[in-house]
Amino acid sequence: MTTITINGKDHSFNGIDPAMPLLWALRDHAGIQGVKYGCGVGQCGACTVWLDGFAVRSCQLTVGALEGRAVTTVEGLATATLHPVQQAWIDHDVAQCGYCQAGQIMSAAALLERNPSPTDDEIDAAMAGNLCRCGTYVRIKSAIKAASGAMTASAPFYNAMEAAEVSA
Amino acid sequence: MNQPSNQIANTERRDFLKISLGLALSSSGGISMMSLASAEASGTLNAYVNINADGSVTIYGPNPEVGQGVNTSLPMIVAEELDATWEDVICEAAPVQQQYGMQFAGGSLSIPMRWDEMRKMGATAREMLCRAAASQWNVPRDELTTANSRVLHGPSGKSAHYKDLVAAASLMAVPDEADVRLKAPADYRLLGKRISNASAEGIATGKPIFGIDAKVDGMVYASFVKCPSIGGVAKSANLKAVRALPGIIDAFILDGTPGPYNFDIRESHAIQSGIAIVGKDTWSTFKARETLKVDWDLSAASQDDSDVIEAEALAALAAGRVEAEIERAGDVEAVFANAAMTADSTYSTDFVSHAQLEPQGVLVSAATSAVEVWTSSQTPVFITSNLAKLLDVTPGNITVHQLRGGGGFGRRLSNEYIFEAALISRRVGAPVKLQWKREDDMAFDYFRAPTYYRLQGAVAADGQLVGWKNLLAAASADGENANYGASYRPYDFPGKVIPNVAVEQSFVKSQTPTGAWRAPISNVYAFAEQSFIAELAHKAGQDHRDFLLNAIGDKGWIKEGDMASLNTARARATIEAVTKAAGWGRKLPEGHGLGLAFFLSHSGHIAEVAEVSVDGKNITVHDVWVAADVGQVVNLSGLENQLQGSVVDGLSTMAAQSISIKNGAVVQSNYDSYPLLRMPQSPRVHVGVLNSGYRPTGAGEPALPPLAPAVCNAVFNACGERIRALPISKAGFTIV
Repeated sequence: MTTITINGKDHSFNGIDPAMPLLWALRDHAGIQGVKYGCGVGQCGACTVWLDGFAVRSCQLTVGALEGRAVTTVEGLATATLHPVQQAWIDHDVAQCGYCQAGQIMSAAALLERNPSPTDDEIDAAMAGNLCRCGTYVRIKSAIKAASGAMTASAPFYNAMEAAEVSA
Repeated sequence: MNQPSNQIANTERRDFLKISLGLALSSSGGISMMSLASAEASGTLNAYVNINADGSVTIYGPNPEVGQGVNTSLPMIVAEELDATWEDVICEAAPVQQQYGMQFAGGSLSIPMRWDEMRKMGATAREMLCRAAASQWNVPRDELTTANSRVLHGPSGKSAHYKDLVAAASLMAVPDEADVRLKAPADYRLLGKRISNASAEGIATGKPIFGIDAKVDGMVYASFVKCPSIGGVAKSANLKAVRALPGIIDAFILDGTPGPYNFDIRESHAIQSGIAIVGKDTWSTFKARETLKVDWDLSAASQDDSDVIEAEALAALAAGRVEAEIERAGDVEAVFANAAMTADSTYSTDFVSHAQLEPQGVLVSAATSAVEVWTSSQTPVFITSNLAKLLDVTPGNITVHQLRGGGGFGRRLSNEYIFEAALISRRVGAPVKLQWKREDDMAFDYFRAPTYYRLQGAVAADGQLVGWKNLLAAASADGENANYGASYRPYDFPGKVIPNVAVEQSFVKSQTPTGAWRAPISNVYAFAEQSFIAELAHKAGQDHRDFLLNAIGDKGWIKEGDMASLNTARARATIEAVTKAAGWGRKLPEGHGLGLAFFLSHSGHIAEVAEVSVDGKNITVHDVWVAADVGQVVNLSGLENQLQGSVVDGLSTMAAQSISIKNGAVVQSNYDSYPLLRMPQSPRVHVGVLNSGYRPTGAGEPALPPLAPAVCNAVFNACGERIRALPISKAGFTIV
């Protein structure tokens, strides 16, 4: 059995292959479907979640290795209100098909937690692991800048720097 | 794709007490019939509009949503004519039913084919609400107006919300079509505005709205393993060993249907042979594939080799081998013999995959004769008839649910994965969630066909383009008919504009399945044509923009009133707008170049300019300007998003995407060997929308074709190297 904190609640995975990627454990066994399967090899970023506050590819983590760790998915990003990145995604009408966007949002939100006012190059570097075949990069960048403005005007929602360092 | 007609047979007429207004609109495909009781109970005014007790208005979008925005834009059209408050509108996917007509997403047709129908649905519902108010208040209908989901009576100051009128309205006779007035564009309050996608919040918060998210009680999971060499047949496999693996419920061979696997989205329910692995979760079925060993019979399998196809095609073009004539006008030979200048260049493009982010997958319950399908197919309208044949069930027992698709681009036009899942479900006696791996999706695509064009142009002494020859080599399974997307469709330009034109083709053998890929044929032909126009201009010593405008000329509408036809005034306006915005002719920094292209496809007149810089073999695309005329704008934000995205997608595809085939099998397997453009490579995109006032046409496809030639023309202007093959990585170039 492996117990992982998912969006603030403990979830125990019983009787599943410990080698199962976190992606499939979340989707098939924890009812968390915002995380998406795109490639299974860490190339597309559609499965991006936070592990102890850091953006990671959930298809590249095995569930058995995550005992006691904290996972945040797009479903857990909003508090009483939407996260500024989510709000910016809506306001800037970023999505076309939308399939990659949960992963994009998790990468963008992780970037802004550490770097509330990123430059264009810093946005490019942080988002380079998330593919969008619809080609919404233009709007993703605008939305990140708008969210950056909203976030620098208020306290971070998640203080990632207090979370444990992870190598994933 | 072949454009399905939007006329379907009327549903059977049943003798209900009341027939809702949809029946009056049957010619446009929307028919709704329901009892008086059900109309009163639900507040339903027709098959598309439901006014709810809380004042919200549910509007059903009939066509599949795969990222092109129709589940927002189609309801917007209804809401405009209905004068519904947009903030109170709930956009829902319509059920898949005959009354909704051609429920498919392809050919950028959703908006143009639904435009009249959606407007009439909204306007007729509005008229019924007004008549109900007129009756209640005992005032003349003509004194009533509507706004913000309310009927207003100016003289008395009375007003009522639609929710308080709908019960009475649903009792009204359906107005004659002639009595329903549609708004003039000047009165639009919603159309033309920037409206966020109706699913924007669901997407941003991870709601389970995609095909991959479908769930039903008792479902099991499946993976389906096909022969890498397309058409190979499973003879035997170590099924016992696979069945013994943890999490595995069953494993068995599905015989499949003999190839070739033609792109027949209407009639085909063929599947390839393979091994179904059924398990208790997705991962178990994926992991079991590592244990699976299959003995394939390759006697009927494809033996394609993409290098051989390319070599044979280029040899046919070099030899001038003509096997069929597609188009001819004027006296081509004479005009070339007498030309002041001629040019002769060969262009080619490789096989490409769709590579949409959501791999194929579906949930099908076919354990009993009551069949249910949850899918993000682009052609739900063709599922029922084919499943009925495949499973030998009556069509009326099949229910199809539309879910959001994680990208379409033509990939979800074919429904073979649904047929696979249905057969697996039938065999195991449980609902089956079939999930293709990314590797399956890349190996068993209906690819964009490779294309090969030898273009020749003749320029007269006065500098005008007067002669055009296009010899193409088309991939063909039978050596006589071009595979899907491998040939050419006669375009108004050059065919109806340049006086002397010959388009001819030869065939090269290929068994690899091909199909519709975003802006089929146009997306590759535009690269050749618009690059070659720039070559001709350069060789003739003319400015490219001027040469292009002169070539297009000023004939006006080639086919009056046909939105798909070239309108030279619309074409010129986009070229003039985009070159002005991009500063055509301005002094550029060292190593920079501007490139221009224009193309008409899917009724969209689109011109684009790219600004690039070239450093060795590294290309930076700094900016792309797009000027688009797709007629009346429905959702400006959605339109601009499609234009921006088409630029990025076009650049992504031309950069380094290539599918190669060896021994009938696809070599590339995932995004590591088949790269999509990433954000650091993505240019700034500036879009301008021309308000031409014509009927609205689709925006999902037409902005993609001009991108590759615009960039290649810019590269030539920056460094002097002419790129004649896609992807540009074949010539050693990289987009950085």
